[in-house]
Amino acid sequence: MLFKTKSFDDAPVVLSIEDLTVRLSGVNDTVRPVLDRISFQIRAGETVCLVGESGSGKSVTSLATMGLLPKGALEVSNGRIMLGETNLLSLSAGQMRDMRARNLSMVFQEPMTALNPVMRVGAQIEEVLDTHMRLSKKEKKARVLDIMEQVHLPDVERIYRSFPHQLSGGQRQRIMIAMALILEPKLLIADEPTTALDVTTQRQILSLIAELQEKHGTAVLFITHDMGVVAEIADTVQVMKHGELVERAPVETLLRNPQEDYTKSLLRAVPSLTPRPERVSKPPKGGPALSVEDLNKTYGSSGWFVNRSTTLAARDVSFDIPAGRTLGIVGESGSGKSTVARCIMRLIDPTEGSVRVAGTEIARLSRADLRPHRKHIQIVFQDPFRSLNPRWTVGRSLVEGPLNLGQDKASAMARARELMALVGLPEDAVDRYPHQFSGGQRQRIAIARAIAMEPDVLVADEAVSALDVSVQAQVLDLLDELQQKLGIAILFITHDLRVAAQICDEVIVMQKGRVVEHGKAGAVLADPQHPYTRSLIEAAPGRAWDFANFRELGALAAQ
Amino acid sequence: MLGYILKRLLAVVPVIVFVAIFVFLLLRLTPGDPAAIIAGDAATPAQLEKIRASLGLSEPILVQFATWIGHLVRGDLGISLISNIPVTELIGQRIWPTINIALLTICLSVLIAVPMGVIAAWKHRTWADYAVMTFSVLGFSVPVFVIGYIFIQVFSIQLRWLPVQGYTAPGDDFGKFLSRAILPCLTLATIYVALIARMTRASMLEVLGEDFIRTARAKGVGETLVLFRHALRNAAVPILTIIGTGFALLISGVVVTESVFNIPGIGRLTVDAILARDYPVIQAMILLTSAIYVFINLMIDVAYSLIDPRIRY
Repeated sequence: MLFKTKSFDDAPVVLSIEDLTVRLSGVNDTVRPVLDRISFQIRAGETVCLVGESGSGKSVTSLATMGLLPKGALEVSNGRIMLGETNLLSLSAGQMRDMRARNLSMVFQEPMTALNPVMRVGAQIEEVLDTHMRLSKKEKKARVLDIMEQVHLPDVERIYRSFPHQLSGGQRQRIMIAMALILEPKLLIADEPTTALDVTTQRQILSLIAELQEKHGTAVLFITHDMGVVAEIADTVQVMKHGELVERAPVETLLRNPQEDYTKSLLRAVPSLTPRPERVSKPPKGGPALSVEDLNKTYGSSGWFVNRSTTLAARDVSFDIPAGRTLGIVGESGSGKSTVARCIMRLIDPTEGSVRVAGTEIARLSRADLRPHRKHIQIVFQDPFRSLNPRWTVGRSLVEGPLNLGQDKASAMARARELMALVGLPEDAVDRYPHQFSGGQRQRIAIARAIAMEPDVLVADEAVSALDVSVQAQVLDLLDELQQKLGIAILFITHDLRVAAQICDEVIVMQKGRVVEHGKAGAVLADPQHPYTRSLIEAAPGRAWDFANFRELGALAAQ
Repeated sequence: MLGYILKRLLAVVPVIVFVAIFVFLLLRLTPGDPAAIIAGDAATPAQLEKIRASLGLSEPILVQFATWIGHLVRGDLGISLISNIPVTELIGQRIWPTINIALLTICLSVLIAVPMGVIAAWKHRTWADYAVMTFSVLGFSVPVFVIGYIFIQVFSIQLRWLPVQGYTAPGDDFGKFLSRAILPCLTLATIYVALIARMTRASMLEVLGEDFIRTARAKGVGETLVLFRHALRNAAVPILTIIGTGFALLISGVVVTESVFNIPGIGRLTVDAILARDYPVIQAMILLTSAIYVFINLMIDVAYSLIDPRIRY
């Protein structure tokens, strides 16, 4: 069975949102509201997935339900939020506080920042009990340890006393879930709870939520942008766009028979896990654009009074990329993929090994000698909101590199305008500032900045991970197009197998600093040899479904 | 941790040595002859020579330096040229009033400023916030002596609640110490209240936007606990830095306030020594001040790691 098919028509309604409208504070009715007359229900035991792109109002819906809309920025102007028989919007601040954790709870996206860094996690769970009931010290601790065991944390006594930074991302998210569910609320709101986690951890957390939901009959409102996750866990799916609900259907109906154009376009943008066909044209003759041999990076040092154990962040990594080809490095956090990228960029110094860019060995060059070679290899970072200087115009960011290499300002600016056109932005974008662009546009600018140097190699470090799927598809297309026009070699670092399948010619899989598998993208993804690669592919949510074509994977072959 | 503290204490040595050399050279390079000042205008060259010899000033400069350092290492800071009392004893007498005033001032400042800053951040962009910010601008801008005289005028002369001037050691009569020290401390505190409140507000505003504050609210935690249990401790590092620096500034002498309220502290000792060219005292005070700064900075760094478990040395 691919999807959940249970009917909830007989279950009692837990949450009923009626005509909910949320507006920016202090604006009149003529301005388009942030949420426009949203209505839906969730029944006991049901999982409703709220999907949509950033800015569609998913998170605003959940925060409004929790009564946590940012004060002075957003306010509910109309509608009702009924939890059972209570209208949450009519409660006083104190009554609403009492409802939280007891009747409705929330788990947030970033387990790294959602816990108080200076409090032990046990105390943070206990705080929920302190807030809502009176228990003896002993009873409290017993209940906390019990819920920690229910969320399958190992060695609960130790973790009880740990600080958040001593735990992994998955463990922290388990703590969040323990905190949310310790009082067995009727409704759990999960706002992208697995987006920041690795696929294997994501899978564990998803099944944990499902298990606890089954056990306690909790209704779950699950917010996500990941259609794979939707396919795995949803009973009902609701699609949001610009603050409106555009479509609502049982999961299978929605994925098989989407009615609205917007839903269809969302689904079509989901990259397929099936690797793209191998390129037939031969790569141009000549040496590889980038050649890495036996690269090692060891962290850790010993000083006068410190004596830390060393960490091998990358071990014996070797690969070549010919001009005009793309090599992907996939792996989970801590696998060493970003370390490799940074060593190649010489943002950090490799401990051992050789890195040859355009025929020149750069692994051992001094900072000064390296400078003229920097133009050959450029990088695009993950977060376009932080990688561009907010106080510089786009043009200034674009010409900085060429000016450093001695180009004159007028011709650099002229080139910057051409580049804007090349990445699909208007030429006058050079006179504007980064905050005037959307995330996808900023990533285009970041790419333009990199290719302004006319590099031989472009390193893309999770360059599309922070983007919505539809924008992601556009940026991937742009990279492909630029590669064909300019013949650049691309080193593509990603944790997302779907993205890797769509852009890479070859793939390297890394685990704990080592390369465990290396081969043609088609071979590695379709017929993985190493158990780790296999576990990665198996953990990819919704892998049996071909989202873009609204049918099972392999249905094409069957026809 | 212990290793770190040891390392930091060792690092004090080069700082003090550097300051010692600097002080020594500074006094030798400034124009003017201490012997001439001591002897007065009517002195004969023979008298001058005698005084120079007794001060050790006729020796070659390297010998003078070695002698001075030799004494320093043994804790001998020399004898005041004016009062003929050993400098260590002189500082020993005068430092306690300063330390007591500084401690009381800092405690008062923290007790007033931190809640002010927290409330300003909590009630961001409301009248409470604007009131705190206005006070803080005033606190920066009005000179200390003006505030001091206003306080004396209002509380001592008009209302007759508190004495005008003077100092009693807290060990002798704690009530009397408080009644005499409260005005100078409030005077001194004004600027620190302004500084600390501002820093608290800025730091709290940043922390209140963090995800874990939202988590706490989602748990149903009340606002007071959100502010003081969750936010304040996370906002504490920059606040602590300001408090530490403030304390160091206070200990190294609060000249104007000590003069206005007639308190026998080291601030006045230093000024008197400078006016009288009492070199051994000046040297000792500069050395002491730099040692205090280094020590307080170490204390602040240690305190960081107590507040935030992620900070480990």
